[in-house]
Amino acid sequence: MISFTPNHEQQLIIETVRRYASERVRPAAHDADERAATPPEIIATGWELGLLPSAIPEQYGGFGDEHSAVTAALAAEELAYGDLAMALYLLTPNLFGIPLLHCGTEEQKQKWLPRLTDADFVPATAALIEPRWDFAPHALSTTAERVQNGYVLNGHKAYVPLAADAQAMLVYARESGATQAFIVERGAAGLTVLDREKNMGVRALPTYEVKLEDVRVSRDARLGGEAGANADLLLNYSRVALASLAVGVARGAYEYARDYAKQRETFGRPIAQYQAIAFMIAEMAIEIDAARLMAWDAAWTLDQGKDATRAAALAKQYADEAVLFVTDRAVQVLGGHGYIREHPVERWLRNGRGFSTFLGLAMI
Amino acid sequence: MIDFELPTPVDRQVQLITMLGQQVMRPVARYYDEHEGERPWDYINMIWQTVRSQGGRTLAAPSVDDKPGEGGEKKPRINNLMMIHTVEALSWGDAGLYLSTPGGALGGAAVEATGTPEQKERFLKRFTEGEPKWGAMAMTEPHAGSDTASIRTTARLSDDGKEWILNGEKIFVTSGLMAAKESPGFVVVWATVDPAAGRAGMKPFVVESGTPGMTVAKLEHKHGIRASDTAALVFQDCRIPYDNILGSAEVARADSPAVGGKGFRGAMKTFDATRPAVAAGAMGITRATLEFTAAYLKERGVQVRYGVPLHQQTAVERDLLQMEAQHRAAWLLVLKAAALMDAGLENTTEASMCKVKAGAVANSVAQKAVELLGPEGYSCKLLVEKWMRDARINDIYEGTGQINRLVVARRLLGYSSRELR
Repeated sequence: MISFTPNHEQQLIIETVRRYASERVRPAAHDADERAATPPEIIATGWELGLLPSAIPEQYGGFGDEHSAVTAALAAEELAYGDLAMALYLLTPNLFGIPLLHCGTEEQKQKWLPRLTDADFVPATAALIEPRWDFAPHALSTTAERVQNGYVLNGHKAYVPLAADAQAMLVYARESGATQAFIVERGAAGLTVLDREKNMGVRALPTYEVKLEDVRVSRDARLGGEAGANADLLLNYSRVALASLAVGVARGAYEYARDYAKQRETFGRPIAQYQAIAFMIAEMAIEIDAARLMAWDAAWTLDQGKDATRAAALAKQYADEAVLFVTDRAVQVLGGHGYIREHPVERWLRNGRGFSTFLGLAMI
Repeated sequence: MIDFELPTPVDRQVQLITMLGQQVMRPVARYYDEHEGERPWDYINMIWQTVRSQGGRTLAAPSVDDKPGEGGEKKPRINNLMMIHTVEALSWGDAGLYLSTPGGALGGAAVEATGTPEQKERFLKRFTEGEPKWGAMAMTEPHAGSDTASIRTTARLSDDGKEWILNGEKIFVTSGLMAAKESPGFVVVWATVDPAAGRAGMKPFVVESGTPGMTVAKLEHKHGIRASDTAALVFQDCRIPYDNILGSAEVARADSPAVGGKGFRGAMKTFDATRPAVAAGAMGITRATLEFTAAYLKERGVQVRYGVPLHQQTAVERDLLQMEAQHRAAWLLVLKAAALMDAGLENTTEASMCKVKAGAVANSVAQKAVELLGPEGYSCKLLVEKWMRDARINDIYEGTGQINRLVVARRLLGYSSRELR
């Protein structure tokens, strides 16, 4: 039965994460961006929310019953409403955990999932994106070659969050024509974490380029074992995550611009009382609501166990454009002040622009 | 709980109407587009059976008397969900034909929303029996469209107080000809009982078909939706019974808004149900266009792939993906506005939001479709050019895109119509 009302449990999660995002993350966001670092106390308190452990079943040490993409989408929106870079930081272990949850062998789950439910933040990550303009997740340059007793990985990755600290990294590579994933543990020979990247936005999230030169992994490092991993499914979880995060960023920008427009006066009236501004506010709200429903639609399709590729691709594409539109309009509403780094809207525009690049950088 | 599962009865209704659309509407769509003014009796007679059996409601907000079944557990209300799906599917068949559907339409919706039980019985019963009849709503005047508060049509009491006497001119009355003259229907006419009172003086009056003093002055020739008649009505000392006023005749003072609750505000309230419905109509045209265009291109080797990186998409593929995403986004907004209403929740903002989006998307998608199909798209061989013309009205009627943006902005910003004009 069609409904757009979160259930009681989801409502609680929304409120909890929203409070955390508003009270802890948002006030820290400016400095985190300027210093290009997420404060340790944000990491600690954010991890305490237990978002990943609540998606992991009890048998693997978590306290979740079933992983719900819809519920995770609601939480992701709230996190990004606080700050995108820190949201991505806190969600980085998901890049390792969610693929294991959905595609891992029983052995892999038992080995790794309990570690992701630790009381302390666990820097586990994944490497999908490659430093090329024509990066395509179905045609990776990074390769995995089957050898006796395992695989040899070669390639060059980019946008690998927390790579320098990661205890384990899920590396996506092309193997016999398909995209597969391989668990590479910290310190593996041939694995080099290069310099930290500098990007236009999400600066508080440390990301790195990573080189793999004849990295040897054992046979059971292949995600899903012989059956392998369903890369399409995982990409859909990433699309839904990014669409929801984009909604959160856009909502933050919209609310800020709306409140600013009611205070700022020109010619004796608040600028929000002019249609030129009011219509922008209305359009921003419409795009946000539409993008959110698209994300929910895709998340729900995933939760139903149906093929969500169409819904997720449309949701992602829509959200990419919506977040850019909304953050850009927010800068415009603030005029010159929007361009100044004292106000957050220029940061949100820098962050918003990234979504079309971020496939694989978040997963829920 | 967040859920996108369509209730079975709605799904069944959509399948039924889709069949009707394919077999009855599509084959005659071009004919009635080219023969503006001819009534599509084949469609009208066919659909009348259905309308009658559903209580004559075509666009009407479901009556508040529709209680959930006694005894058993409460069934969730799906009236608005049913309505938007019905409208969407009919409009998918043909938007012009859909608009000429007999039944209460907007006139019925007004009676439903603001009439007394006696009035509902007297005015709406006709839509459940006999031959096809139409209801219509007359609001717009030559000098006042979106600015509904400044209409000039007057209603004054006769000397004996037994009748209202209407004088004025109304334009753009959908199904005005059928409702005012060619069937025993009625027109809900908005007039002021006190020109000095502004909105508070505006009241809806039911004028029965054929009432002396009401004449159909003109039938418009339109860009699209040509199967639907759009009339200008003139009222010259048109006398109607006192009891044909909907709601109270009292003119509320500015400091007692409650009294006027069923007047102007009543009309605004009907928009909560009708705007999602009109948006759903826009979505029907959009879906028809999108499905046809994608199928047409697929047959010719252009297939849409999902989840392909930008640099691998062709320009046409990217356009189609964007059209599809925009359509889905707008439709979900319509669904939300309707679902909120079914849940008994306030939806004024959402109703206008979905109307803004649907009106814009219907146009951009249909206009893009003509472009994508090149000379074939522009040709009258296909229906795509017609759909583009049919789509154009959707950003105009039931509140232009601008008026609905104003409604949304006022509510988001907490401004009155005086603060944000």
